Amino acid sequence: MTFRIVLLLLVTLLAGCSIKPWVKPYERSRLADPVMNAAGHPVAESYMNHVHQAREAMRGAEGSAGGGCGCN
Amino acid sequence: MLLALPLSSQAAVLPEDRFDLLGHQYDGGGMQIEGPSVLVRKSFADTVAVSANYYVDEVSAASIDVVTSASPYTEKRTEKSVGLDYLRGKAIYSLSYGNSKENDFEANSAHFDLSQDFFGDLTTLTMGYSLGKDEVFRTGDSAFSDEAERRHFRIGLSQVLTRDLVGSIKAELITDEGYLNNPYRSVRYLNSAGGYSFQPERYPRTRTSEATTIGLSYYLPWRAGLHGEYRMYDDSWGIDATSWQVKLIQPLGQHWTLETRYRRYSQGQADFYSDLFPFQNAQNFLARDKELSDFDSTVFGVGIGVQFNRAERETFNRAGLHLWVDQFQFDYNNFRDIRVTTLPGQEPLYSFDATVTRLLFTIWY
Repeated sequence: MTFRIVLLLLVTLLAGCSIKPWVKPYERSRLADPVMNAAGHPVAESYMNHVHQAREAMRGAEGSAGGGCGCN
Repeated sequence: MLLALPLSSQAAVLPEDRFDLLGHQYDGGGMQIEGPSVLVRKSFADTVAVSANYYVDEVSAASIDVVTSASPYTEKRTEKSVGLDYLRGKAIYSLSYGNSKENDFEANSAHFDLSQDFFGDLTTLTMGYSLGKDEVFRTGDSAFSDEAERRHFRIGLSQVLTRDLVGSIKAELITDEGYLNNPYRSVRYLNSAGGYSFQPERYPRTRTSEATTIGLSYYLPWRAGLHGEYRMYDDSWGIDATSWQVKLIQPLGQHWTLETRYRRYSQGQADFYSDLFPFQNAQNFLARDKELSDFDSTVFGVGIGVQFNRAERETFNRAGLHLWVDQFQFDYNNFRDIRVTTLPGQEPLYSFDATVTRLLFTIWY
């Protein structure tokens, strides 16, 4: 786990070393398209995360609507 | 928690103002679970957003666990949560609180999340912490009550890689301490008569798990979103698991959207799991919960949605209706179907399928 956190921080810092953003704001229209949001409907996505959690041992680091309800 | 931190490629923005009414249904393996989920979210001065969610599970249970060791039952679980998002510069601070209640279980949880954009808004760092407290009771046994405490630590990074591609990585550590059993479930063991008997499950009182998810989202040349995700998991109970998923979001004309997804999941069993223990009290910890056994599952899902825009209206400016149907298949590799009477340990391996239906009505205002 520690290794993974260190790796995440390292990637962040390395990204900071790049001097200028290589994708300009006016080049991000495709990325802003709703089709690029895999969890565009939080209620529906959270429910599906709940279905998975209830039947699997795996938990944590769910899709972007995740976070866990603290219950089983 | 129903408050999504946006993994957006834009500068930090608050979640959209919306009203969602979801009807959900799970049908499979002798279980029928259905109910509504309602979410209302509203922002003020582009700085603060508040949200509230009300969620219900109406359960009608006659699963294999129930029919082999108890009687079919019905129960209701109600979950309520409220949240607050605060936008300051390129950071969003989120606080939320949730309560989940059923007749023999109550969970309260508090969550804090932070999302910060960096480096020309190409990078988004997220961090979060949750604290949950469970109270566990047992129907028909007023002398029994116990507690559990759960802590979540999470960190994530989303990175714009090209004008068509976004990558993300996130990790979450969860620690539990307290009563982590299901108070009704039993294990089976071989008895001296050559058959089998049951005794209550016994779990460790601590569990620590870590999960890491890597994701990629790609904008296809004909306007569609392709999303891939790979997730790895292990915990202190000896369970390893992985899953991967591919999802395609394809607009059809101006108003319609088609979604498809395929997911595969695979897990190994807990160190203290056995389908059939050799004798009573064979070890200090005992489990025969199929969710802790070795199994594989697949999901194939299809969704169709339609949205209408209403320009310059004072009430609301967009409405949508979405329907998703997901077909699950579960195949257990060390959990036997003891509804079949034969020599203990010779029963066929258990498998079942389930259909999950979601119907969502949304108004954006």
